[in-house]
Amino acid sequence: MSEDIILQTEGLTKEFAGFAAVGGVDLSVRRGSIHALIGPNGAGKTTCFNLLTKFLSPTSGRIVFNDRDITAMQPADVARLGLVRSFQISAVFPHMTVLENVRIALQRLRGGSLDFWRSKSVLDQYNARALELIDDVGLADYAGWTAVELPYGRKRALEIATTLALDPEMLLLDEPTAGMGHEDIARIAQLIKRVSASRTVLMVEHNLSVVADLSDTITVLTRGRVLAEGDYATVSNNPEVREAYMGVGHA
Amino acid sequence: MDTQFEIKAAPPHGASPSVWRDNSETILFVIMAVGLIVAPFFTYPLFLMEAMCFALFACAFNLLIGYVGLLSFGHALYFGWGAYLSAYAAKSWGLTPELAILTGTATAALCGVVAGSLAIRRQGIYFAMITLALAQMMYFFALQVKLTGGEDGIQAVPRGFLFGLIDLRNEAAMYVVVLAIFLAGFLFIYRIIHSPFGEVLKAIRENEPRAISLGYKTERYKLIAFVLSATLAGLAGSTKAIVVQLASLTDVNWPMSGEVVLMTLVGGLGTIFGPIVGSFVILVMQYKLSVVGEWVLVIQGAIFVACVLLFRRGVIGEIAAKLRIKL
Repeated sequence: MSEDIILQTEGLTKEFAGFAAVGGVDLSVRRGSIHALIGPNGAGKTTCFNLLTKFLSPTSGRIVFNDRDITAMQPADVARLGLVRSFQISAVFPHMTVLENVRIALQRLRGGSLDFWRSKSVLDQYNARALELIDDVGLADYAGWTAVELPYGRKRALEIATTLALDPEMLLLDEPTAGMGHEDIARIAQLIKRVSASRTVLMVEHNLSVVADLSDTITVLTRGRVLAEGDYATVSNNPEVREAYMGVGHA
Repeated sequence: MDTQFEIKAAPPHGASPSVWRDNSETILFVIMAVGLIVAPFFTYPLFLMEAMCFALFACAFNLLIGYVGLLSFGHALYFGWGAYLSAYAAKSWGLTPELAILTGTATAALCGVVAGSLAIRRQGIYFAMITLALAQMMYFFALQVKLTGGEDGIQAVPRGFLFGLIDLRNEAAMYVVVLAIFLAGFLFIYRIIHSPFGEVLKAIRENEPRAISLGYKTERYKLIAFVLSATLAGLAGSTKAIVVQLASLTDVNWPMSGEVVLMTLVGGLGTIFGPIVGSFVILVMQYKLSVVGEWVLVIQGAIFVACVLLFRRGVIGEIAAKLRIKL
């Protein structure tokens, strides 16, 4: 059983001044799957995310990644174990070029980041791999651009390229298609599908067609609790879910 | 290789490349070095040497505020205690000047490790307050202990013989030594900023949560930057003590911390040459206006306000933005 489960939470709870944003969530993410976390606004999805990547500390409960208890770990250490997250607001380094953005990740993975006495031209050795990753997400023509100048959808693509540079075992994507136009959504969805071939993806997503299209498993959260879980057909036929969430959002 | 070509593909609306633009920093460095070599023929070498020490101090401070985004309000601690230990080593232990400077610099580094480890855990105003509190604590310590000479400071510090050979009472020899230390310190800071480590610092300043999510232990990077900055501030203070043959409470008290903020701000935060220009501007002003006595502080305050209100990027920052070059 545990061999198939890459990430598991037991009774995960986070209280803010007595209010339980996340209350006793048991989550099991199967290795190699795309797992979506959905729910109405304020359901606790992003809090849940921040707990999993240790950007918040849980009030109670346990988080196990690859059979290792990560509940008490620091966020940077969790990332080093291969559990890497993205952010709701696009997370790039705005005044660095696309190439430099990706190189920062490669540099962390391959070491030498504390060398303050060496010229940064040593980083040129990562250019080839960085350009490969950039090309992979369709940004080849933008390698020399400053990240802040990229259109929104391209920024998300850059963020994914940077994350993939770490070659993480598991990706946590926080609303990867939020605020995007149609073509961008299609491109990112395709990209997620492609990168999930060799890794596990857990994502928070509002766009239900993307969720339906990509996810193997869906967990529905409301008011900090798990309401339902299963594949799209199961979840979308659940009367409670329809009432709480999909009744409005689902055409 | 065609990959090289791709990297250089022009961004949509950057400045047009040219030899002058691409090498603006190198060109300015050469001008500065040549200027400092010929300057003693035109003005007082002692003033220039003191100015270079303060310029190095401001550059060290700028490394922290301009490139990591941390405002330390206690950099007098490293400058002042560097000066004390350098002066003490030269006078009481009779060490040669290079060893005395090394002693002062090492002391500052040690203080940087201790103060940095405490301060780095907090951010923004709390960081500034902790650095200030620790610096004031060390000021009162300086006031009490025998080593510093209390109110008198350490006076008549011998300049000594460099490596036991070269007499630094000779103004020209002293000048060359200070110029060498200043230029070496400046180039070292330039290298730090443009190193793999400097890239990570930049990433942390741009988006710290993202840097953490990529697995960087950002506190470690900040601490190293803090210690480097403190060490270089100590180098500046140590050298100053040998040059002016005095280490006193002025060096370690909080107005000194404020002065370095002002110098950096006037010249331009986060520009490599800004702090140098800023410190020369402030020092020239202090000398020229010494006739008006305490009023100089009022004028300094007015400049500070004008800087923040009118040209926030500082002298060099504004020029660089106008010409769209890096300085």
